[in-house]
Amino acid sequence: MNEVLMEIQNLSKHFILDTSLFGKPISVLKAVDKVSFRIDKGEAFGLVGESGCGKTTLGKILVNLHSPTHGKLFFEGKELTALDDKQRRSYCKDIQMIFQDPYASLNPRMTVGDIIAEPMIINQLLPANKVEERVIYLLNCVGLAQHQRNRYPHEFSGGQRQRVGIARALAVEPKLIVCDEAVSALDVSIQAQVLNLLVDLKEEFGLTYLFIAHGLNVVKHISDRVGVMYLGKMVEITSKRELYGNPLHPYTQALLSAIPIINPEKKKERIILKGDVPSPINPPAGCRFCSRCFKELDQCKLQEPVLKEVSPNHWVACHLFE
Amino acid sequence: MLLEVKNLSTEFKLKRGTVRAVDDISFTIDKGEILAIVGESGSGKSVTSLSIMGLLQKPGRIAGGEILFNSQDLNKMSQKELQQIRGNKISMIFQEPMTSLNPVWRIKDQIMESLMTHMKVSKQEALARTIEMLNTVGIPSPAERANDYPHQMSGGMRQRVMTAMALSCGPDLLIADEPTTALDVTIQAQILELLYRMREKFGMAVLLITHDLGVVSEAADRVIVMYCGKIVEEADVKSLFASPMHPYTVGLLQSIPQIDDDSDKRLYMIKGMVPNPLRMPHGCPFSDRCDRCLERCTQEMPELQEIDGHKVRCFLYDEVKEGASAK
Repeated sequence: MNEVLMEIQNLSKHFILDTSLFGKPISVLKAVDKVSFRIDKGEAFGLVGESGCGKTTLGKILVNLHSPTHGKLFFEGKELTALDDKQRRSYCKDIQMIFQDPYASLNPRMTVGDIIAEPMIINQLLPANKVEERVIYLLNCVGLAQHQRNRYPHEFSGGQRQRVGIARALAVEPKLIVCDEAVSALDVSIQAQVLNLLVDLKEEFGLTYLFIAHGLNVVKHISDRVGVMYLGKMVEITSKRELYGNPLHPYTQALLSAIPIINPEKKKERIILKGDVPSPINPPAGCRFCSRCFKELDQCKLQEPVLKEVSPNHWVACHLFE
Repeated sequence: MLLEVKNLSTEFKLKRGTVRAVDDISFTIDKGEILAIVGESGSGKSVTSLSIMGLLQKPGRIAGGEILFNSQDLNKMSQKELQQIRGNKISMIFQEPMTSLNPVWRIKDQIMESLMTHMKVSKQEALARTIEMLNTVGIPSPAERANDYPHQMSGGMRQRVMTAMALSCGPDLLIADEPTTALDVTIQAQILELLYRMREKFGMAVLLITHDLGVVSEAADRVIVMYCGKIVEEADVKSLFASPMHPYTVGLLQSIPQIDDDSDKRLYMIKGMVPNPLRMPHGCPFSDRCDRCLERCTQEMPELQEIDGHKVRCFLYDEVKEGASAK
């Protein structure tokens, strides 16, 4: 059995959109609803799903940018959700995040060197005279030149900024990095460069990734295990090979069949889902996917399926497999 | 031949110099054909579409060339003449359905506006046709949804409304600029299928502009690859994907993680990045990133040459061609 780095148990995040006069919630958005999974040490766990499925919210809970409504988080066996704010903050340096938009996630008024140095100074990791040396080391690690540390973010291209974001995350020697759509905003040729960089850094620093993305081909390339989310629920978790070779949940099947393949000679049978993703404010009763499902059973509308292990290490939440 | 673009160049005059976003490109689109233009950001693909539509904003201007639509030069037309064609014979779908719909108008009014301007129909007829179009693009209960405002709809629905609006006057040419980029994959599949069905139904030609080679492989008949404002390769979709010729196209295809590839090998990388348009390298614009760069490539610009119906702008194929003719 692999060593578990992070364990997520029944985690929920509800946003209260509207309250009655007496403070009672009337309208609640269940962004993440009772999600459980684990991330092993040294693996890359991919999280896929369409917009609004709660994958970013989940990532933000792990790095303490949101606090969960219910549920527990364990990091190296320690329950993070039981800690007070100050103790919790001491774990922030172990769990870092790389953001989607390299234009919005760097302070435009700071030089790149200062951006990378800031987390080390805040966490008092190094004596002040050693910080610059480490900034140069980190810039080299992500493939930037050391003289670029005196430049401002606007002088960099999208791919280079994403490298700065990666260097900043690495600065505090994290154990887990949450990559939230880290390559989605980049052009294809730059995307390949950044993906290869992430793979190399994982080897070099022994990192663990939670890799959040909507591009299934990218997730496949980088992940060891993959979880599929739909409307705040985890619907399938399994190894990469199993997920792409033998997807069980109808949503996963549809998602995989919807990816355009780069071979015009090979036309595949496509499952076109009807309709749109329903609003997470009033999700359908029973299985949340039943309004778009092409294999719907009678009980799907009545009862919510639970995530079950149907074959070794293949978990799926669907009534078809009961 | 429906549209013929001849030696089109588009320039942006900036304080620091002039940027040639589109540099001497020529292509044609036949009736009912889907032609895709692919390229990365800054390759000039969107500027090409805006030039055709006459929607260039200052400081952009067409520096030369002709855009012949049914043998009339769109570039020489007055704004008034252009308005007769734009939205009627040529229409466009944009990338961002939220920013390209008017947020304070009901969607039926937005679609009816173009119908009443171009088709000279009464309000009742326009409304009936609007609802019919919304039904065709797959909006459930179209008569009720026609009264919605754009913010009441999801991204996929808005893109359908845009498509309905673009198709309402039965255009001969539809320009779709990144029509699925902002959408999720399952919705992307719906919209691509819709475009395909509309092409079958109305027989219009589509100019599809995208950065996604997957979408191109699914939807297009013929493909143009652009890099730094130049056409670097042009071929029908099958031969482009089966035997890409330009090193840039080859690199692009190899740098995409493939869904049906089980190996864990490293991705191929095109080194470096797109050059600054104000400081283009000498010779071939791709020369500083190319693995197979020859000495000649940094000195002169290769011409677009045709080899068995497959056009490519690269010196590597000069020898192939000369070798073949020597035999």
